[in-house]
Amino acid sequence: MKWSAGILLFILLLAIVGPWASPHAFQDTNFDAVLRSPGIAEAHFFGTDEFGRDLFSRTLLGTRITLMVAVVASLVSLIIGVSYGAIAGYVGGRVDAVMMRFVDTLYAMPFIFFVILLMVTFEQNFLLIFVAIGAINWLDMARIVRGQTLSLRKREFIDAARLTGVGTARIIFRHIAPNLIGIVIVYLTLTIPQAILVESFLSFLGLGVQEPQTSLGSLVNGGVKQMEGAPWMLLIPAVLLATMLMCFNFLGDALRDFFDARHSL
Amino acid sequence: MSLLNVKDLSIQYGESTVVDKVSFVVRRGESIGLVGESGSGKTQTALGLLGLLPRDARLTGSIRFKGSEIANRSDRELDRIRGRRISMVFQDPMQALNPYLRIGEQLRQVLLQHGLASGVKADQKVVAMLKRVGLQDPERQFRAYPFQLSGGMRQRVMIASALIAEPDLLIADEPTTALDVTVQAQILDLLETLRHDTALLLITHDLGIVAGRCERLLVFEAGKLVETGATTAVFASPQHEHTKTLLALAPRIDRGDILPPVTDKTLLGVEGASVSYRDAHHAELVAVRDVNLSLRESETLAIVGESGSGKSSLVRALLGLIPLKAGRVVFAGRPLEGAVETRAKSLRRDLQLVFQDPAGALNPQMRVQSLVGESLLVHEPALSTPERVQRVTASLATVGLDESFLSRFPHQLSGGQAQRVAIARALILEPKILICDEAVAALDGSVREQVLKVLREVQVNTGMSIIFISHDLAVVRSISHRVAVMYLGRMVEVAETRRLFSAPRHPYTRALLDASPVPDPLVAPQSAPLFGEVPSLIRPPSGCVFHPRCSYSDARCKDKRPELRELDGGRVACHHASETLLKQA
Amino acid sequence: MLRYALLRLLGAIPTLLLVIVLAFLMVHAAPGGPFDDARSPHPEVLAAIEATYHLDEPVVQQLGRYLGGLLRGDLGPSFRYPDYSVSELIGIGFPASLKLGVLAMSLAILVGVSAGTFAALRQGSMTDRVVMSFSMTGISIPVFVVAPVLVLLFAVKLHWLPAGWSGSAGVAKYIVPVVTLALPQIAYIARLTRASMIEVLSRDFIRTARAQGLGTRAIIRIHALKPAMLPVLSYMGPAIAAILTGSVVVEQVFGIPGLGASFVNGALNRDYTLVLGIVIFYAALIIALNLVVDLLYGVIDPQVRQR
Repeated sequence: MKWSAGILLFILLLAIVGPWASPHAFQDTNFDAVLRSPGIAEAHFFGTDEFGRDLFSRTLLGTRITLMVAVVASLVSLIIGVSYGAIAGYVGGRVDAVMMRFVDTLYAMPFIFFVILLMVTFEQNFLLIFVAIGAINWLDMARIVRGQTLSLRKREFIDAARLTGVGTARIIFRHIAPNLIGIVIVYLTLTIPQAILVESFLSFLGLGVQEPQTSLGSLVNGGVKQMEGAPWMLLIPAVLLATMLMCFNFLGDALRDFFDARHSL
Repeated sequence: MSLLNVKDLSIQYGESTVVDKVSFVVRRGESIGLVGESGSGKTQTALGLLGLLPRDARLTGSIRFKGSEIANRSDRELDRIRGRRISMVFQDPMQALNPYLRIGEQLRQVLLQHGLASGVKADQKVVAMLKRVGLQDPERQFRAYPFQLSGGMRQRVMIASALIAEPDLLIADEPTTALDVTVQAQILDLLETLRHDTALLLITHDLGIVAGRCERLLVFEAGKLVETGATTAVFASPQHEHTKTLLALAPRIDRGDILPPVTDKTLLGVEGASVSYRDAHHAELVAVRDVNLSLRESETLAIVGESGSGKSSLVRALLGLIPLKAGRVVFAGRPLEGAVETRAKSLRRDLQLVFQDPAGALNPQMRVQSLVGESLLVHEPALSTPERVQRVTASLATVGLDESFLSRFPHQLSGGQAQRVAIARALILEPKILICDEAVAALDGSVREQVLKVLREVQVNTGMSIIFISHDLAVVRSISHRVAVMYLGRMVEVAETRRLFSAPRHPYTRALLDASPVPDPLVAPQSAPLFGEVPSLIRPPSGCVFHPRCSYSDARCKDKRPELRELDGGRVACHHASETLLKQA
Repeated sequence: MLRYALLRLLGAIPTLLLVIVLAFLMVHAAPGGPFDDARSPHPEVLAAIEATYHLDEPVVQQLGRYLGGLLRGDLGPSFRYPDYSVSELIGIGFPASLKLGVLAMSLAILVGVSAGTFAALRQGSMTDRVVMSFSMTGISIPVFVVAPVLVLLFAVKLHWLPAGWSGSAGVAKYIVPVVTLALPQIAYIARLTRASMIEVLSRDFIRTARAQGLGTRAIIRIHALKPAMLPVLSYMGPAIAAILTGSVVVEQVFGIPGLGASFVNGALNRDYTLVLGIVIFYAALIIALNLVVDLLYGVIDPQVRQR
């Protein structure tokens, strides 16, 4: 867990600071230095692509955009999912049944294809990526929060609070919310890698982030085209992407175990 | 010759020792009671005998079965003994049977595993066994899943699976704790009649169960075997301090306690109350039907009944936690209506509830100080923080907890401490009525006594009234002035405690009393007074709801519902109320 | 059981209808017509095209026409390949995709369930930790990373595999794409099986079975496997969706002429009717398979059947 958090922090730092620290701008082409292999010569640490653009700058920019899309999309799904789930769970009864039926219906849909359809018809719109990914991921969050709220709602300490005169607002914020935070944090850590996956998948297909901007998915896509002559173009973003996903998954898993252990106390 | 010879058996988890050098023997065909409070190592010992302990447990000492050592043997070796020579019945038949497998199949596997029968022969054996444990239409039940059976029937299936291989020793671990008291009597009878020469090791916390049924006793305390001997001898002259305490604390249904005096002023009146809810299939279930009730100042009224009687639903409705379908509640001359949130603040603080499970009733994220003091923020907002802490400390003091508890979280409390915190939370508002919903059911003898003592003291000091809901008649007798008996949503009898226990007029009350075990080997155990189990609320019986299980039942009982009428200073709903006393005498 | 099945079936129809309408409207809400970027379309030509594709009608009428066509299995003509209907294009691409998907799914279930059970029985051991680390890695590495890396390794560097698809024959060419597609699912199913098996093995009825003298094999086979498979079964819906998604990448990278590849090409070429048709086809497929999973659930869990 410490390792995962450390690596993620390091990558995050690089992604924020890196593009400025690099001597080459990410969009500058240089046809005298195409497909250079990685090295310290001319400070092309990760080499260059077929247009002579510096891959170090591009990779870090791609990481930054990938992370940004993932975090923002996860927050979108967090806000929708938590409110939706909490309302369904707390109100319960028929409202809950209808709201959850809707979620079930959405669950049965091939979402990723819808997103692709969306990207095709509405051109590649940056904002749309956030919405699209957030729209996929809120379902899980809503289900989990709803289940948790529902079970909290039935717990006797809520009845005890109602009987001693505690108001509804205080019950929600003091008795229910603190018991939800753990599970929400866990699923947020697990939603981020999913969002990364969707974004980079779209970009890999050429339907996500557009040139001259880039993301890890687009870089992998670019790498595939050049993999026979310049394998580093594929391997560097691929390894970086996999590492990030792995760290997020490990972190989420460890957090889940941690919160589970505390719950069972 | 001894069947089982246990010598210096110890079980450890890491540094902690849960069973400490226990030695005892079990002879062929005898029945032994293994008693002790929760955490005394009873179940661990039983699991240890069969090699069923979790992997992190360490077992030392010797277990000789028919002369050969079985301690720490491999699963492969033990599998020839488990279920075949030594079998086990567990506490909760709901959990202990596989919900995904037909019950016939679960029994058949035992026969197949031990090579006792196969094919059609095995099926026939299983059906015969199901018949012996009292299942109606065993050919059909063979194909049933556990969830299609009632709790009592499941435990019968469990017993069938434990006895089908005709073992030499049957270990029964709290086999009736999860069951209603009238069903408990049936199951204990069944164990006794079916076991023949199988020796029985009966594990229980309830001295009443072993008193009339076991020849010898093993008394456990904190992992140690502190006393052993013939049941009559142990009960007559206990040697060890712990045994003495256990016996002294065992509530006696045949003896009452002296209670604080009661006023004549009526505090709470319930008229024609009905409560209903919808099940998963949207069918309406009437949990409480047309109940009348009154409570006087400083009085303790007990409401008793088995599962499905509606006792919890009734108090939840009058507290405003669930809606009342019909009827009205009057408290101190004012109507009590609507959900608890809509009631006047002053009314809300006057009625407080203590739950059965203290762990569930305390928010795990809050410290004791906030748990107990939270309600003061609402009811006495003018209090300063130090004043509030002072009030919390005072409230904790009434339940016997000092201020070191203020900063603890619920998981840092024992069961008894947590329940006392829950009571302190209720008492800090100085309620006029305290409702205890099975508040001592989950507690061991000594802790239960502490909690009951706190309740009595508070009643004497403040004149508070108590509604005490319980399934345990012995506890009820020691604390309540009056008792109301409910069955399947109806009130069937209400009377002063002494009258109700000495001369019950309703056949159901009589049956409840007879079924309650008495911790005294000299009082012969009654054989099960009732057959069958509480029917489903979905299709309650016509006429008198009790008629299908009643020995007095006739055509009138089937057609016409008896009204609750005055008799002998109490009220009873039975067409045969005037005969019941005669027959018994 | 029959009632349960019918209810499920009835529940699936509105979902499918919703998917169709939503997808259709989404395509028609696109800013600008599909021929905006076409090279210098003559106004008359454009009008002719619009008439051919009924683009001059109101949207509701177009939707009605489309739904009517759907009932006959007609998804309309392709925008980019006017000689083909969308149904024909799907018919051409689907067999390869189906083969790939079925193989990958079978592999995932087989390997995932065995590995998960194996790890669960040795919980905490070295084997368990190795299996779990592998599966965490498998979950974390996206198909579109694994696929090109494997091509780079096996086809480009080692020359073990034909680089192209159509030129080669036999089963061998399926191995790497199927494994690539199955890998994340193997990993996920293994983790799911392990967690659920550990949970089931800790239940009281397993202790009962042990007390009855049933050995480990018998306990797993008779008592534990069924309930432990329930979460895995629930995951089948998402797994099918994930396999379909993954096939888009795998077909693209390995050059397999399947439905996923035509979907991506359609998307990049703005072949609206083709993309719409494939989305609806996939949706119907996923909904139908989810229905099958639901029914299987009823077969395993007797309590579900009762409803």
